[in-house]
Amino acid sequence: MATISTAIPGAMPAREAVHVHHDYGWKSWLMTVDHKRIGIMYGVTAFGFFLVGGIEALLVRTQLAVPNNTVVDPDTFNALFTMHALTMIFLALMPLSVAFFNIAVPLMIGARDVAFPRLNALSYWIFVAGGVLLNLGWVSGGAPADGWFAYANLTSKEFSPGPGMDFYALGLQVLGLASMAGALNFIVTILNMRAPGMTLMRMPVFVWMTLVTSVLIVLAFPVITVALVLLTLDRVVGTGYFVPSMGGDPVLWQHLFWIFGHPEVYILILPAMGVISEVLPTFSRKPLFGYHFVVYSGVAIAFLAFGVWSHHMFATGLGPIADSGFSLATMLIAVPTGVKIFNWIGTLWGGQIRFTTPMLFAVAFISMFIIGGLSGVMHASPPADLQQNQTYFIVAHIHYVLFGGTILGLMAGIYYWFPKVTGRLLDEGLGKVHFWLTLIGFNLAFFPMHFLGLDGMPRRIYTYPADMGWNTYNLVSTIGAFTIAAATLVFLYNFFRSVRFGAVAGDDPWDAATLEWSIPSPPPEWNFDRIPTVFSARPLWDEKYGVEGGHGHGGGGGALVAAGHRGEHASAVGAPAAAATAVAEHAGEHPEHIHLPNPSYWPMVIAFGVFCLASGIIYALPISIVGLCIIFVGVNGWAFEPAG
Amino acid sequence: MEEAPRSKKRHLLLAFAVLLLPLALAGCAESTSPQAWFGRPESDFARILQGLFDRIILIATIVFVVVEGILFIALFRFRRRPGQGLPSQTHGNTQLEIGWTIVPAVALAFVAVPTVRAIFETYHPDTTNTVKVQVIGHQWWWEFRYPDLGIVTANEPHFPVGQKATLTIESADVIHGFWIPGLGGKRDAIPTRVNELWWTPEKTGEYYGQCTQLCATSHANMRIRAFVDDQNGWNAWVNAMKSANGSQPAPDVQRGYQLFTTNACVGCHTIQGTPANGQVGPNLTRFGARTTFGAGLYQNTQENVTSWILDPQAAKPGNKMPNLHLSEEDASAIAAYLRSLK
Repeated sequence: MATISTAIPGAMPAREAVHVHHDYGWKSWLMTVDHKRIGIMYGVTAFGFFLVGGIEALLVRTQLAVPNNTVVDPDTFNALFTMHALTMIFLALMPLSVAFFNIAVPLMIGARDVAFPRLNALSYWIFVAGGVLLNLGWVSGGAPADGWFAYANLTSKEFSPGPGMDFYALGLQVLGLASMAGALNFIVTILNMRAPGMTLMRMPVFVWMTLVTSVLIVLAFPVITVALVLLTLDRVVGTGYFVPSMGGDPVLWQHLFWIFGHPEVYILILPAMGVISEVLPTFSRKPLFGYHFVVYSGVAIAFLAFGVWSHHMFATGLGPIADSGFSLATMLIAVPTGVKIFNWIGTLWGGQIRFTTPMLFAVAFISMFIIGGLSGVMHASPPADLQQNQTYFIVAHIHYVLFGGTILGLMAGIYYWFPKVTGRLLDEGLGKVHFWLTLIGFNLAFFPMHFLGLDGMPRRIYTYPADMGWNTYNLVSTIGAFTIAAATLVFLYNFFRSVRFGAVAGDDPWDAATLEWSIPSPPPEWNFDRIPTVFSARPLWDEKYGVEGGHGHGGGGGALVAAGHRGEHASAVGAPAAAATAVAEHAGEHPEHIHLPNPSYWPMVIAFGVFCLASGIIYALPISIVGLCIIFVGVNGWAFEPAG
Repeated sequence: MEEAPRSKKRHLLLAFAVLLLPLALAGCAESTSPQAWFGRPESDFARILQGLFDRIILIATIVFVVVEGILFIALFRFRRRPGQGLPSQTHGNTQLEIGWTIVPAVALAFVAVPTVRAIFETYHPDTTNTVKVQVIGHQWWWEFRYPDLGIVTANEPHFPVGQKATLTIESADVIHGFWIPGLGGKRDAIPTRVNELWWTPEKTGEYYGQCTQLCATSHANMRIRAFVDDQNGWNAWVNAMKSANGSQPAPDVQRGYQLFTTNACVGCHTIQGTPANGQVGPNLTRFGARTTFGAGLYQNTQENVTSWILDPQAAKPGNKMPNLHLSEEDASAIAAYLRSLK
């Protein structure tokens, strides 16, 4: 099971032989530890939650379409926007990024899998458990309704007696477990499992951003976990960490939450920045401009992310010294962010830009993110923020960053890597319809929110009177939201159609530069027949076009890769298939004996135990004890599972 | 990857630009919102914030036009044409990198310096000879106390024009956000803390405000109507509020007075000069002089007040006032009494 035998020992395996041993039954998905399939599961699950979060947003927008509307009652409205934020952040955007980490990172660094394949599966199943737990309130006593930021002391038992905030606190703790396990896995994978010759400064920028994001997760999630444990104790045991009448401090929650919450924003945006740092060079047919500066500015953003949390709290009244410090640190972040934007434009400059769908999304990312970035500077100034804070101006800003940035960037990634995962291309015509509808709908939905903010409309209000001058903007915004919904339906149609009937992609449909395009689409279970040796940041490009086209990055000189599978490099876009100049064989690697980890159902068992443990704290303690037993059995089974 | 014809692509981009234009222009139009803050600062405090925002928006607009301009020039100029060889494989340019690191940093300095100055200006006001107002947020209404004047009221504070007011902001339950945009920025009302705010109103009139921190069910219904009076109006208001003690109900509202003071109303509400001295709900002294009630939710009319008393939950979801199951006749009598308190 763990060893693949090829038909002709010593020779490249025939393409047909690759799929012989594959099992694609439903059970194989439950037990898989293959990073590519886990990536697919992450992606599909996250997109499902993306639709759920979208429906929540549509309900919010429907309620606000006209003044004094009564589509939903106030408490349902509060639950809808709370769950919209939680779903989009923790169940859609983060796991969608993780889907790309899973699918792309091992392929980009020339590895056979992640460092800990079973831990990877565990991360996925715990993510599913957390997602279910967070949403359980809808059918079991009330969903969280105190906002995703859940400011104390509104979250105390006194003011939120229902179980909603328990689902919040425990759901997020479970999700944090999944995120941290995943992040550690990717840090180890990236640091230890790169192909020979791939130095850190030869890694694709997407891999760099995965590394930076993972470090952010490992450092930020413990903080929110501590806060959530204290909140759970306040609510379940009756401690008073955040309860003023018991000597607790509600502002302490704000600090803990935003020490996590601001890095979280970068956890959401950096992967998308990584995606477009791959897409822009590919479709400009140039290397990324200022590779080192893009990497270092990503690292700088991550460092600064931990020193700016109180800019969410300028109305809290922390005093002039704190406000000044956090304000200056926040403005400082604009510098590395600007550097990234300029380098992306520098990548386009002098290139040969092909406006494929992934490229359109990537370019729109730059254009829209500039707007989100500039409005970010506007509320980095505390006195100015005293007016904008908690208004629709902020809602506009975060959506220009998280939709105009993250979602457009991840969409670029979906169109870009879909052919690698499925072997087929998404339809370009439908893709362009999807793109333009999305871009138009997005701007209709969120641009008017700037004006609503200037006109004094606060966030999180379920109704507003007709004489406030907010009617037109709100109606336009709602129309925009439904336009986005229509765009998403086009995408879903494209997706399901292209999975079956899309044009066959070939290995390298975009004439790209990184290692994942040197192997078949979809890649064999073991990824690389031979682990390639890397001499530059653009190994495949240099193999196709020779070094003279490349001036190998990092001073590697002769830039070359021994792609395990070599054959036609001619791509769908008609790249010249320059002959490979050499093949560097990596010693000790024989394609006929590739070790692959065994499938395992223990990760799923342990995740189920975690789900029981957490939900028992809400429902009844015996369920928790059963959960603990399941975890114990699962860990035991895992530990003594034969290596294969 | 078939290329779309060049002209078609240009048309699409143009269409997009045309789409954004009316949106941008709409923002430049004079706002008709009574709660707008942008372009309508009516106090010294609000002017500091507006001045800073104006400066930032000017710099941001320049950056926006320049950067988006370069982006679109790049997209037009360097689109792929048939029959091209490989473009020059440029990896970067250190001078450029240093340049576009320094230029934004310098631009930010133009924001940062006035920001820090404004931060210190807006904190910790000097409170000598100011009108002192204690603001207390409740779920879901605002209490305003004037300790030097012995005045307590709800949801409709008054300020004298041209005289500095210093406000302390607190909360009785959960965190609220106190905000009257025309007069100045917001500060949160936080249990365990006392925040400060100040302003010298420059123009008489009515100012809309609203709670800005999510505080559960009726967060949207926690509004403020502030009034800036000229000196005479201010004196009249202060005197009326103070003279509430000892005033007797008019004969035609005696029945309402009896009902109010013998029912559960007195457990929660205070009306100065009567046995009603409850502390839970809004102080109703001089209720008849208010333009709105229910925290800015309803116009103060006989009909509205009556229907509120008949079914408070229907009038304002989640609010703490119980349904006393009064007859319509009794509710109307109480409403008439309350509205007579001018």
